[in-house]
Amino acid sequence: METALSVLVALFFAAAVYLLLSRSVIRMLLGMVVLGNGVNLLIFTLGRISGSTPPIVPWNASAPLEGAANPLPQALILTAIVIGFALFAFMLVLAYRAYKALGTDDTGAMRVAEPEQSPRPPLSY
Amino acid sequence: MATAAPADMDLPPHFIGAMTDAADWLVVVPVALALAGAGLLVMLRGRVGLQAWLAALVTFAIAVSNGFLLARVLAEGPVAMTMGRWLPPFGITFAVDALGAVFALTTSLVMLAVMIYAPLELDFRKRTFGFYPLMLLLLCGVSGAFLTGDLFNLYVWFEVMLIASFGLLVMGGAPIQLDAAIKYGFLNILATTIFLIATAYTYGLTGTLNMADLLTATAEAPLPALVTAGALFIVAFGVKAAAFPGNAWLPASYHAPMVAVSAVFGALLTKVGVYALIRLFMHVMPSAGDVLNPAIAAVAVLTLITAPLGAIAATNLRRAVGFFVIGGVGMILAGLALGNQQGLAGAAVYAVHSMLAMAALYLAAGLVERMTGTTDTRRMGGVYAQSPLLSAAFILLVFAVSGLPPFLSLWSKILLLQGGVSAGDWIVVAAILLNAILTIIAASRLWAHVFWRSGHEGEGSERPNPDIRPLDRNESRVGLGALAVLMVLIMALGLFPDALIAAGQTAAADLLDPQRYVGAVFAEVPQP
Repeated sequence: METALSVLVALFFAAAVYLLLSRSVIRMLLGMVVLGNGVNLLIFTLGRISGSTPPIVPWNASAPLEGAANPLPQALILTAIVIGFALFAFMLVLAYRAYKALGTDDTGAMRVAEPEQSPRPPLSY
Repeated sequence: MATAAPADMDLPPHFIGAMTDAADWLVVVPVALALAGAGLLVMLRGRVGLQAWLAALVTFAIAVSNGFLLARVLAEGPVAMTMGRWLPPFGITFAVDALGAVFALTTSLVMLAVMIYAPLELDFRKRTFGFYPLMLLLLCGVSGAFLTGDLFNLYVWFEVMLIASFGLLVMGGAPIQLDAAIKYGFLNILATTIFLIATAYTYGLTGTLNMADLLTATAEAPLPALVTAGALFIVAFGVKAAAFPGNAWLPASYHAPMVAVSAVFGALLTKVGVYALIRLFMHVMPSAGDVLNPAIAAVAVLTLITAPLGAIAATNLRRAVGFFVIGGVGMILAGLALGNQQGLAGAAVYAVHSMLAMAALYLAAGLVERMTGTTDTRRMGGVYAQSPLLSAAFILLVFAVSGLPPFLSLWSKILLLQGGVSAGDWIVVAAILLNAILTIIAASRLWAHVFWRSGHEGEGSERPNPDIRPLDRNESRVGLGALAVLMVLIMALGLFPDALIAAGQTAAADLLDPQRYVGAVFAEVPQP
């Protein structure tokens, strides 16, 4: 099970890197989403697939039963999902605003902050 | 000090029996104040007149609590508390040693000075769109990153910082800001995602995320796998800190937002990345740090040499200052690469200098941009005749960043050089010296072009600049006032550096021998 999930994570990462290498902002955004999901799956796998018993501590005991699922990765993934969603929403609006303002979604053509014909450094002194 | 639950209480043994001492809550007060202040200001977003005063008041309270925290850490050693009644390592721990406390205090002081400057640039729209709440959220994220003792919690503070910085970066919505935000956004999200991947590997290898617990757990983990996680951490924090190969986003974005935002970004955000690297390779996985030391040293040396070259070539004033920020990062990384007492103490002191000086440089650059109405150093000129006070402040800053006496960076560079000589690391020593020479060339050229020369570049540069105007009453009161706060701090710390250097030495000693830090975190756990 862990091996299969590892291969899946690798596929997610490969697809994400391919998309992120694009110049189109929307493709890069999709790459971010795929990458985020790949990371979530990675956290899940690294928490070990230990069992399907709910991690609830029985009455009068101080530890969960043997073979209980690991709850910590789920808490981590939940946090990461929320953060990833917020960042994606922001970047999506930003991409739209940048497209409207700059007239392009090609990151190579966005040269307002760093002009293409960069002036030569000041030469005196 | 709280203790584990007694046997007759109806609590599992992993819970704390008594409430955490009120004094120990001091560790979370800066973060809680910033978060509560940001929430309050969002609720009061209609009361525009109130926002600036409340934000400054909250920041001042944070600075005071950071001051008490630092005093306590220096007197008693590291302070820690664990949330939610759990005993460590189960609960989320906040733990601070001298390094974190010094950085947190400097952060709040820089924020206070920038809050004084900010009203110059804010129109009604920006005030109602949440400038002050976002500044407090940014302060919350930065303080949280300096004070936390949990690796995943550190990731959360990085994201808090990132989201607040997005809002501040695009505030105003000019095309240059949107362009900058695309570059800044993608590269920083990618870096924090890599941070998350590395955190996941660390958790998979050790089964814990508490930094004090990781120190013992990583000693037993297989080294090759740990080094893989460590290398990912270097990539992630290297990009966040704007160290050499991963710093393309900084010169592309830091000159785009408002000057107050530039100042806060330049002073604080990169330092958090460097702090995380120091914390990680000194505390969390020292064994991987030893293996990866050549990589850190190479990154530090390349950053030290390339950054001032960028500053010499830049024709945009705030872009040039951005390259000085990168150079400062290289200097702190050099201290980490040396990894001995003197080197780490020098890095801690240099970080304080860098935070104060970079904020002051950005504020001074902002005032020059207002006077000359341009961002291009070739079209500036003649500022000296119009505002001798601003010119004097800038030449002092030029001396301060170049490391001339009697400024703080000189003392920290002496510590770093002592560390380099005693470690026998001549390449790092040479890089530090070369960086100092290149930085003084770049910084004094800026002074000569912008302040000393009377007019524009080219033919007739001796004719007075026709576009320049003097600072108006409000600008000289608010702008120069904010600058004066930072200048007084820089001068005072440069003339009387003993206390800060002693704090830096304590920080370095605690980094090299983390037993006091681990002891503070696990103080509440009953020893078998």
